[in-house]
Amino acid sequence: MEKDWRKIYPLSVGLILTVPMTEMNPSQAVYKGMKHAGINFVTSVPCVNLQELFQLIDSDSEIVHVPVTREEEGVGICAGAYVGGKRPALIMQNSGLGNSINALASLDFLYHIPLLMIISHRGGKGETIVGQVPMGQLSPKLLNAMSIIQFSPSVEEAEKIEEIIVQAMDLSNKTGRAAAVLLDIEFWGGGRR
Amino acid sequence: MKRIEAISIIAQEAKLQNALLIGNIGFPSRELYAVCDSPSNFYMLGSMGMSSSIGLGLALARPNRRVISLDGDGSILMNLGTLATIADQSPENYLLVILDNGCYGSTGCQPTCTCRKANLAEMARGAGISQVIEATTLKEIQQGSVNQGVMVVKVEVGNAQVPVIDISPEEIIDRFMDRCARPSPLP
Repeated sequence: MEKDWRKIYPLSVGLILTVPMTEMNPSQAVYKGMKHAGINFVTSVPCVNLQELFQLIDSDSEIVHVPVTREEEGVGICAGAYVGGKRPALIMQNSGLGNSINALASLDFLYHIPLLMIISHRGGKGETIVGQVPMGQLSPKLLNAMSIIQFSPSVEEAEKIEEIIVQAMDLSNKTGRAAAVLLDIEFWGGGRR
Repeated sequence: MKRIEAISIIAQEAKLQNALLIGNIGFPSRELYAVCDSPSNFYMLGSMGMSSSIGLGLALARPNRRVISLDGDGSILMNLGTLATIADQSPENYLLVILDNGCYGSTGCQPTCTCRKANLAEMARGAGISQVIEATTLKEIQQGSVNQGVMVVKVEVGNAQVPVIDISPEEIIDRFMDRCARPSPLP
């Protein structure tokens, strides 16, 4: 049976869904995964695909949300929050990975600071902006070069996103190294922009 | 005023306030380590530009703890957006101290833009930080170190003859997190 998410999550709680989802609302599923992973502190730089996720985070009084000006700044703030006892996540577009590399290496790796990165992965199938393609193609390679644990669930695996996020956070905590969850255009519902 | 003198007075004030202190990369952390090592100091061994951000994250995570970050002119210029983010969040328990010597002191004293036209206190005000002070004497630093917001301190060019930090990153963060975890209400 087709669910109408607009009825389940009415506009009064700040959710605006432009299309009824047939199976799963991707933003809701990512948010639930973050909650299960214990995330209570978020820094972010926006992507068009992250709008609904930010609305969910902002309506949750248990999560401190700090919008930042540049992704590297977010890495630094998350590191500070971690040493202060929080469980942080950095939410960004994959373009921000390039802006973060030095802090990920010479701050997070050096001191074994865990970090969950939820990344809107642009530049792949369904991309309409040519400028997104170079970093989109490079991002998995950059993560690989940095030995950052990465998960790239396909749209078929999207139902497992909650457990994937929990697993990514667990691995990051165990290894003291950042973990990345790359979520592509199809995951967020195709060309819904 | 020499930078190590400014660092020394801030470290003493931090101790009195039971504050957590973030030391900036390079010679500033080495000078802090030499004049007043403490488990309550976090020595940044890499990640230039991140001192103000680490301090902000910590201050937001632990609103009942006092947090002071030591930054420099070269490193704040590398992460200027931090001023807007700090203004936006304005944690009452956080002070960012910018030690401005007008040069990249740890790499051979190449000039930064603050030795000519750029004014960091004006930038901080322009970013929306309501409490911004400029200190030029040790007394002014002492008085300003109980503030929130930003304190810009003009210091002389030059590094003190101090050794490298000989404790490991693991030890730095372990003992610092132990201090962070202790409940310590603001005075």
